[in-house]
Amino acid sequence: MGPEKRRGLWWCEAKALWGGACGCVERSLRRGGAWVGVEKRNPPRPEADPGKCRGASVLIMDPECSRLLPALCAVLADPRQPVADDTCLEKLLDWFKTVTETESSLQLLQDHPCLVELLSHVLKPQDVSPRVLSFALRLAGAFAAQEDCFQYLQQGDLLLGLFGEAGALGWSAWSIPSVRSGWIQGLCALAHHPSALHFLADSGAVDTVFSLQGDPSLFVASAASQLLVYILALSMQGRDAGSPIPEVAAWPVCAQKIVSHVQESLHSTAAPQVTQALNVLTTTFGRCRSPWMEVLWGQLSPLVASLLKRDPIPAAHSLVDLLLSVARLGSWDAAGWRGWESPVLSSAACGPWEILAQTLHRLSPTQAGPLALGTLKLQRCPQELRTQAFGILLQPLACILKATAQAPGPPGKSYHLASGLLDGTAGGSMTVDTLLSSKSACVGLLCQTLAHLEELQTLPQCPSPWPQEPLLDAAVIILRLCDGSADPSSSGAGRLCGTLAGCIRVQRAALDFLGTLSQGMSPQESMLQVFAILLKNLESPESSPTVLKKAFQATLRWLQSSVKTSGCSDLSPDALLFLGELFPVLQKRLCSPCWEVRDSALEFLTHLSQHWGGQADFREELQSSEVPMLACQLLQDPESYVRASAVAATGQLFSRGLQATPTSSENLQAQQGLLMDLMYILSTDSEGFPRRAVLQVFTQWLRDGHADVARDTEWFVTTVLQAVSRDLDWEVRVQGLELVQVFLTQTLGRFRPRCPYAVTLPEATSPTPHPEFLRTLCRLPLFEFVFRALFDCDRPVAQKACDLLLFLRDETAPSSGPQETRDGPNSASVEVALQRWQEGEQGQPLGDLEPEAMLALLRSLDLEGLQGKLAKSSDHIEKSPQSLLQDMLATVGMLEENEADCY
Amino acid sequence: VPNNPKSDMKLYCLSGHPTLPCNVLKFKSTTIMLDCGLDMTSTLNFLPLPLVQSPRLSNLPGWSLKDGSVFLDKELKECSGHVFVDSVPEFCLPETELIDLSTVDVILISNYHCMMALPYITEHTGFTGTVYATEPTVQIGRLLMEELVNFIERVPKAQSASLWKNKDVQRLLPSPLKDAVEVTTWRRCYTMQEVNSALSKIQLVGYSQKIELFGAVQVTPLSSGYALGSSNWIIQSHYEKVSYVSGSSLLTTHPQPMDQASLKNSDVLLLTGLTQIPTANPDGMVGEFCSNLALTVRNGGNVLVPCYPSGVIYDLLECLYQYIDSAGLSSIPFYFISPVANSSLEFSQIFAEWLCHNKQSKVYLPEPPFPHAELIQTNKLKHYPSIHGDFSNDFRQPCVVFTGHPSLRCGDVVHFMELWGKSSLNTVIFTEPDFSYLEALAPYQPLAMKCVYCPIDTRLNFIQVSKLLKEVQPLHVVCPEQYTQPPPAQSHRMDLMIDCQPPAMSYRRAEVLALPFKRRYEKIEIMPELADSLVPMEIKPGISLATVSAVLHTKDNKHILQPPPRPTQPTSSKKRKRVSEDVPDCKVLKPLLSGSIPVEQFVQTLEKHGFSDIKVEDTAKGHIVLLQEAETLIQLEEDSTHIICDNDETLRVRLRDLVLKFLQKF
Repeated sequence: MGPEKRRGLWWCEAKALWGGACGCVERSLRRGGAWVGVEKRNPPRPEADPGKCRGASVLIMDPECSRLLPALCAVLADPRQPVADDTCLEKLLDWFKTVTETESSLQLLQDHPCLVELLSHVLKPQDVSPRVLSFALRLAGAFAAQEDCFQYLQQGDLLLGLFGEAGALGWSAWSIPSVRSGWIQGLCALAHHPSALHFLADSGAVDTVFSLQGDPSLFVASAASQLLVYILALSMQGRDAGSPIPEVAAWPVCAQKIVSHVQESLHSTAAPQVTQALNVLTTTFGRCRSPWMEVLWGQLSPLVASLLKRDPIPAAHSLVDLLLSVARLGSWDAAGWRGWESPVLSSAACGPWEILAQTLHRLSPTQAGPLALGTLKLQRCPQELRTQAFGILLQPLACILKATAQAPGPPGKSYHLASGLLDGTAGGSMTVDTLLSSKSACVGLLCQTLAHLEELQTLPQCPSPWPQEPLLDAAVIILRLCDGSADPSSSGAGRLCGTLAGCIRVQRAALDFLGTLSQGMSPQESMLQVFAILLKNLESPESSPTVLKKAFQATLRWLQSSVKTSGCSDLSPDALLFLGELFPVLQKRLCSPCWEVRDSALEFLTHLSQHWGGQADFREELQSSEVPMLACQLLQDPESYVRASAVAATGQLFSRGLQATPTSSENLQAQQGLLMDLMYILSTDSEGFPRRAVLQVFTQWLRDGHADVARDTEWFVTTVLQAVSRDLDWEVRVQGLELVQVFLTQTLGRFRPRCPYAVTLPEATSPTPHPEFLRTLCRLPLFEFVFRALFDCDRPVAQKACDLLLFLRDETAPSSGPQETRDGPNSASVEVALQRWQEGEQGQPLGDLEPEAMLALLRSLDLEGLQGKLAKSSDHIEKSPQSLLQDMLATVGMLEENEADCY
Repeated sequence: VPNNPKSDMKLYCLSGHPTLPCNVLKFKSTTIMLDCGLDMTSTLNFLPLPLVQSPRLSNLPGWSLKDGSVFLDKELKECSGHVFVDSVPEFCLPETELIDLSTVDVILISNYHCMMALPYITEHTGFTGTVYATEPTVQIGRLLMEELVNFIERVPKAQSASLWKNKDVQRLLPSPLKDAVEVTTWRRCYTMQEVNSALSKIQLVGYSQKIELFGAVQVTPLSSGYALGSSNWIIQSHYEKVSYVSGSSLLTTHPQPMDQASLKNSDVLLLTGLTQIPTANPDGMVGEFCSNLALTVRNGGNVLVPCYPSGVIYDLLECLYQYIDSAGLSSIPFYFISPVANSSLEFSQIFAEWLCHNKQSKVYLPEPPFPHAELIQTNKLKHYPSIHGDFSNDFRQPCVVFTGHPSLRCGDVVHFMELWGKSSLNTVIFTEPDFSYLEALAPYQPLAMKCVYCPIDTRLNFIQVSKLLKEVQPLHVVCPEQYTQPPPAQSHRMDLMIDCQPPAMSYRRAEVLALPFKRRYEKIEIMPELADSLVPMEIKPGISLATVSAVLHTKDNKHILQPPPRPTQPTSSKKRKRVSEDVPDCKVLKPLLSGSIPVEQFVQTLEKHGFSDIKVEDTAKGHIVLLQEAETLIQLEEDSTHIICDNDETLRVRLRDLVLKFLQKF
């Protein structure tokens, strides 16, 4: 939605509100200038709570809606009046669902017979469009979710007509996926009470659902599986309490039917059928937590386990999902659930842990990875299984280490590391096969493994001890295989080298992983190795921009970790040596013809100086390089992203005193130069990003009390606001308001020194504002800026301005009565100007403002009201059921008109 | 018609340099030379030719043998531990002894880099054939030759060293001179006259144009995407197709894109001219080039780019055109110094039809296809024929200079190396991949200036080759031996070699390869009236046969069956016929036989007819039926049957008739 449109939407509300407030002012003016509108500042409003307000208007089936409903139903039932838009029906359905959540569906149907008529009309499907058909099925389901309404609809055999074998299934529209989907969703909605269960059993719907599991439409197939889970849960409902759960053979017919269908599917040789069965089970174990599921698992687990004996294992991904879902259930230990150690389970043929272990053993490395990660993430899991899972995650890296270590002669360091990583885990030949089989398999497995280990390291369940050193070694070796610098001593490693050389995906994954590894403690030798490989990636002309970005990120993390290991906030000697080599590389990167590279190099520089800008060694290294000068030159880069990053970087460098020209005589000029350069960018740059970046830098400078800004803050703020007020980018304007807020807080603080240790009386905390403070505010074009922002067509700007004015009002005009306010000499002209602004004429300046007039104006505005309105989304007026119904009817009318036009 | 297998294809490999190939293909009675590249790496063994008297170079100490003998000190000079020949640089020619080059019918040129040995071939071997090349190839090739001749001729050097080439002496020299191959065949540069004469033998061709060679084969150039006018060639007859791939590129630089589809269904694909730096990606290298250039110039240093006057320089200038403003280098002058600089910059703009689509469409705007025109217009790029003259007036530092020769042994670049080599502010950036930059720099040591190596080679890399081969599916691949194993410096990189099935056949210098396919068929036309007279007989469903008696007329490698002349009545005329008009006697037509003889049934038949004591032996090609009593052999093979018996004609006829019973007659 463009700004123009947005303007139209909330503009009218603001006007209405302002009109009220202004009306106040006008009245007060007519009464001889006294401000009597003050007490109306917080009028009692019914819509004070926006949530309540919306809730009330949406849920109530008001008379207007009741009036419109018959016409709408007639339109829907009329095949000659096509519904233009699917989303209308969706919205309508949502509304009915919300209504039925709070009101009685039965009552609704009785009050509005047109609804039942619509549903009955659908029984003659040749007269209805598939869209309406699908809608009606879902609507009927929503109504029948309440048992009394279900009975009511049943009386007329309406439900059987819609959902039974004679109904939807027989229609020609059944071939349309949306109709089948509507049928399932209707049943899903309906399956909420025992009567529904009988209905489902009698109508034969369950068999249809079985067949829909294999539907060509994925949405339908997935919904069918969901429905089976619903039905199963519904039929087992209420059997949890008290008596022990009987065997499956004694379960309700419907449940038995579903279980035996799942069993049959699991026996099937067709993989899709097995997948369907596993998906049903996964959802079952994932969504409910009831003791009967233990019995179910006891019944089905041997079948699941038998899948592992097949070759290849069918539906491996679904199997992984199921096992994880079951295992998660087992670790759940709240009341009512005894965990997997229960007697029933231990007597079951296959406990989940055993199956998990077997599956981990049997699956291919690529399939086993997600299962291993899932296993390690479990809250509770036998240590043995964790070890096995971790071994599987480590295996690819162990294989890489081993392959690159098979030098003739005594086993080298990486060989020992590899055996350390494997820790006696047998196997690995499958992993080696995968790694060597094809490029895509190798790359896929490595990327997955690296991502899994990276995720694992940041989790509280991270295995301990964490094999930091071998992992570090593996990451470095992978990176060296990628850049072709590894010296493979075996044929396997030679092939790996050929496969991985120049592989960007693996490089990125390995650099990410390397970055994460910086969190662990690493020996100095490894750190040197890491810095070497990072430098190589940073300086290699072959590194793609994305790889380079990852290398920068990893470098930053390792530099941070080097601080950690050195024990103080200074960089370690190794890191300093590294920095010495880093800056020439950074210099080269800042000159890259590829803008992405220049951009990430600048971002990196910003982070570097943020972290170590205060440290002498770092400053020395940086200033002896040309990096600051190059960063400054990039303020004129043709690419706007680069200019924005250059603004951030130079801003950061300057606030740290790391500017480009180190000679002291030029220092002042250079700094002033940057301030002016940034001002120039702010007022002239054609793109938003650099201008936003400038304001961020300026706000930070103001906050930090940067010398250039502090020298003449008022000039600074004035100049910035002049530039920002004309800006077309709303984010720049919001940022401008942020700057104003910082300025206000600082100025206020200056005039009202608060000692944190001073014991002050409560009344002393809200004194009248310092007159100089008010004068300062009025001297600057600050109010003009904020008031303009209040009428901004972009809501976030107006919101921010409103917050700011509220803050200012609370600070300057605390609970002062009307008698204290005086009408300032120029407040009338200001009001006139403001009124014109709200009408859209923003050309006129506000004119000078006296402090008193300003205070009066602040108090007269209904800022809270405005804030409330602004907090609502722009479509809140349109988003009412009436408007929906009216829209739908209007669309039909319009369509008719168009039709008439055609003739 | 099945052909005589002896006429197989042969490939004579005259050059060992994979990117500067020179091969001769003998195919169907034609002798085709494919490219004639000149290996100029030999010049690296020589001292540079300074344009301006260089005290440093002229004062280098002479080199003496270990035993102290100094007879070589005039010819060999030492510089920082390396030994150089102090003489006019010489080039390593293609083999001239392997095949009589006067028998070469045509020379096909694929790109301007691969024709630099042309004058040696056309002017000194008795070559009388035609050379085929596209127009840009000829024009830019001429510029390259002209520049080379100019570089060498304008610095006359009295001395021509030859003592060191003596085998006994060469053995004693240090590397790399010791290991230089065939030094006795190294030759000085040709003259402009020879160049002109050689180029006059070239016939211009356009992409996809079909050129008939003696009716035997058809050759067609296809765009190869590597340089202006660069081509691959297809050589085909009715039943065979050979593709010659040389210097090709899939990158979208300035030339027309590579035509891959036409290479499909080749029997043999000869693959040369792959990238020389398979590990370097051209994009990364261009980035490296720009970054280093900017860094140097910003520091007040000068940048020297040794380069050829055409090719990658166009792309570099285009890249710089986009880059200099963003890098704040707009005020830095760019100089392009070459005797042919002007022609090169202008030629590139007029060969619109040979450019990639993007650049072609600019011509219709109308705009110059290359942005260097604008650089020249705005005075950011200036070009000069040499450092003498105008250049010295305009010269302003810091600056960027593009000049040749990339070997650093001749041309204006020698001067700049001497001039700027002493300051570490300056940088020399190597972009041409043809010469090892370390060897090129050896005679300038010690050197303070920075050296950056970013070779830009847009030719196919091994990943692209394997994709290409998968796509075009040739039956056999033939390539230089260098491509069948990883580079020696990266012996583990199994990805840096050609991997195809069946494995590629490799060649090396001075080798003759019999190419792995047998020609089996030849196309023969039947004259309509003869065809009319044929009466086909269906002997198997779908297969009909007819006997034909005709005269086979062969001319210009085209074969035609003509109706036989009517048998001439024996005349009383005693006039002797000329031999050439002799037609074969048309004997009474005997029926032809077809079918095969089942041995077991044949033996049964023999037994029925009273032969006993029959023994059957299996042989490699069939069977031998031995009639021991009659001392007779019947040899049954797939395509022949022999009855061998001593002087018993009745027996032979009896046996023959028994054999014939099994065969069909028509």
